[in-house]
Formats: sequence, structure tokens, C-alpha cells
Amino acid sequence: MSRVLSLASRDAPLASTSAQRALLARLPLARDFDRAAAAAGAWPLIPSAVTTLQINVGKLCNQTCRHCHVDAGPDRREIMSRETMALCVRALASTGIPAVDITGGAPELNPDFRWLVTEATALGRHVMDRCNLTVLLTAGQADLPEFFARHHVEVVASLPHYRAANTDTQRGDGVYEKSIAALKRLNAVGYGDARSGLRLVLVTNPVGAYLPPAQASLEADWKRELLRLHGITFDALYCITNMPISRYLEWLVESGHLEPYMERLVSAFNPATMAGLMCRTTLSVGWDGRLYDCDFNQMLDLEVDAGAPRHIRDFDPDRLAGRRIVVGRHCFGCTAGAGSGCGGSIK
Amino acid sequence: MADDHYYDPGDLARFSDIGRNAPDLARKFFEWYNAVFADGALSAREKSLIALAVAHAVQCPYCIDAYSRDALEKGSDLDQMTEAVHVAAAIRGGATLVHGIQMRHHATSLGM
Repeated sequence: MSRVLSLASRDAPLASTSAQRALLARLPLARDFDRAAAAAGAWPLIPSAVTTLQINVGKLCNQTCRHCHVDAGPDRREIMSRETMALCVRALASTGIPAVDITGGAPELNPDFRWLVTEATALGRHVMDRCNLTVLLTAGQADLPEFFARHHVEVVASLPHYRAANTDTQRGDGVYEKSIAALKRLNAVGYGDARSGLRLVLVTNPVGAYLPPAQASLEADWKRELLRLHGITFDALYCITNMPISRYLEWLVESGHLEPYMERLVSAFNPATMAGLMCRTTLSVGWDGRLYDCDFNQMLDLEVDAGAPRHIRDFDPDRLAGRRIVVGRHCFGCTAGAGSGCGGSIK
Repeated sequence: MADDHYYDPGDLARFSDIGRNAPDLARKFFEWYNAVFADGALSAREKSLIALAVAHAVQCPYCIDAYSRDALEKGSDLDQMTEAVHVAAAIRGGATLVHGIQMRHHATSLGM
């Protein structure tokens, strides 16, 4: 399926997160993120109450998408252990954090994924799974739709376009066909039917060096076309900006788009997005238990502010609440245009 | 202005300069222009595809540049954009051919 290999497996220069950070820092941009945030009256950037614990359970994935900011793939072996998951569950139990957002890689390939979902839902927390869809068709995963339904997991599934060409370009040959088959399986157990309470969200990222579409405008198109083409229904569409990290960063460099893309993000800075940035309400846990302000900082090895606990074993909501959010030039990806986060557009 | 060609890609970003000697007219034009492309009875994506097709019909390189990007950013794919260009081409081709009926009328009236 994959035409792309992970940066790590190729030992590519940008497999190093310090090389990625240095590359972004060298660009001759009009301004840095802290100055933009200050001009918007939002500096220093501080968190509000954590409403989502986002747990990245590892870099193992059955796909190798060209835009992946995680540099995930079948060759990656970094996955979260049951012990670290238990620390996450302990942190949840000690707080009222209402939502758990499980991501990867393909999170379902972690052998303890179902344990984590079961424990989090037993605590009464709303669980989201960031699903690449094709994983539902891999060995041993055929009952995932029923498992999700039983635990009322919200499925947040990636699909770049409702037609085949863009999907296969970004995610690999044949991915569209398998994704459609997986969506039909999810629909068959009640996902995408408002009466079932089983929420199915689709996520689209641009397949190139441009900003994502306006989410509200496009959702109606997608619903009409997926129903017309395949009889598929879903609840909502999230449009997410590609972040200049890992494999998307490498593609930007190799295609000559890096500087114009970053200039576009900077010039499209929208002060109105600052209040809704996901880093203000999310705490991100890495596969090894380290803590970050978001999954993007995680992939650049930008840990939470030095004064805050840096591992889930030391979780302390009061000390974390006093931290400053760590930013970099990649943050312009979340503030461009309508804004972007794991919940789609901000505005 | 460049001396050796009529079109400069950099001029697209300077479009607003057209308001320098007629600011009120430019303001009215850009307000109307932006309103035209907002979601309405047609979606912003559909309007962007129409704009792309018209850009090809009027053969404006600035508009082709702007609306190729815009169509992608509005969520169209290359298949849909290509079909839009074919619509423009079909209308241009059809417009030429349907004028052939005028040609036939003239020829018929002039003939024996």
C-alpha cells in the first residue's frame, strides 16, 4: 500500500526533531509567533482548564501518509505500554477531565488500546479514537466497529476527499477504496446515524501546499456526495491545516513550497483564533508518558514548560495550570485563516 | 512596469492598487466581489469552480492562478477542476458552432 517510508526508517536528516526546529527557525518570516500572539493581546499564552487528555499511544501505523506529522508507519515500534496507560487512567480518575482523545499512529494497533478505551469509558469519560479507517480491515480488527459502538467511542476518521484521487495521493494507493469499505462497516453498526448517538466525524487535510477549506461550507457538499456516491452518512466534517512537521515538512522542502507556505500561514494569522486554540484546553501525553501542550509540540520534542510536571507519573493539574504554553513557528498552522485544531476549524 | 512582457505574476498581489485613483469605486467593487463569493444558494466551492471556468473562458492568467489555488482551498479536486474547464471549453466551442447557423442564414439568403 505504501509508496512512502518513514523519515526514521530512511535515516533522513529531518528524522531529527532538532533539525526540524532549526529549519523552521532559519526561515526569513515577517514575524515570530510570540510577537503575533502579543499583538493579538494573547501573550503569554496560558492554558485554561484541561478538557481533553490526548493520549498518543504510539507511532506504529499500517499506513505511511505523505503528510504525517508523527512520521508514523509500519516500521515504527514506539508504542505506549500498559503501565504508562495505567498512569493516564490514574490521572483521569483523579480529575474531572471529561474527554479522552486517543491518537497515534494507528492507535488500534497498540495491543492495549482496547484496555485503555475500556478503562476510560468505565470512568465515564467521553472517548475519541483518531482512526485511519483502513485499520478496520487489517487482521484481527474486524470487530472494531462493534467494540467502538459498545463503548460509545466517537470515531474521528481521516479521509482527504470524498473522491478517490486526492485520498490515494496523500495516503497511498487503494486507501480510498478501503476507507469507503470501513465507513460502510461503521454505518452498519449505527455510526453516522444521529438517532444512534454514535458519532462519526471525518477529517480532511489539504493534499498540497494550501490552506484547508471552510468547514461549514464544505460539510454539506461532503454529506451530499458521500451519500450519492456510496450511501455513506456521517455527523460532521473537520478541516485541519497541515503542520510543517516531519513528513509534510520534508515534502514542503523537496517541492520548494516551504517558504511560501510558511509565509502564507504567517500572513493569514487570525487573532480571533487565539482564544480557541486547542493547546489551551488539551494536555498531550506521548507514547513514553512525557507531557506536551499538543500533539504537534510532541512531534517536535517541545515538552511542557520547565516548571510543570513533565511526565504523566507526576501529573499535577494545579502545577500544570500555572504553566506557559510552549510555542514555535509551527503554531502559525493553528492560527491561519479560520484556525485549526484536532476539533477542526476554530472559527 | 516590466518592459518585455505584458503580464507579471507579482501584479496579482497588487490588485488592490487599482483603487489608488478611484478609492470609492474600488471599495464598492471589492465589497461586492467578496459578497459574490460567499456561501449562498450556491456553495463557496461551487462558485470557485464557476470562477475557474470563467477564468479560462476569458483567458485571464491572474484569475487562473488565483482560482486554481482557491478551488483547491475550497475543497475541489483536480478531476472536478478539469471538468469545470471542459464546461468553459464546451461553451466557447458551442458558441462558435451555433454562430454557424447565422453563417448558414447569410449564405442561404445570398445563394440562388
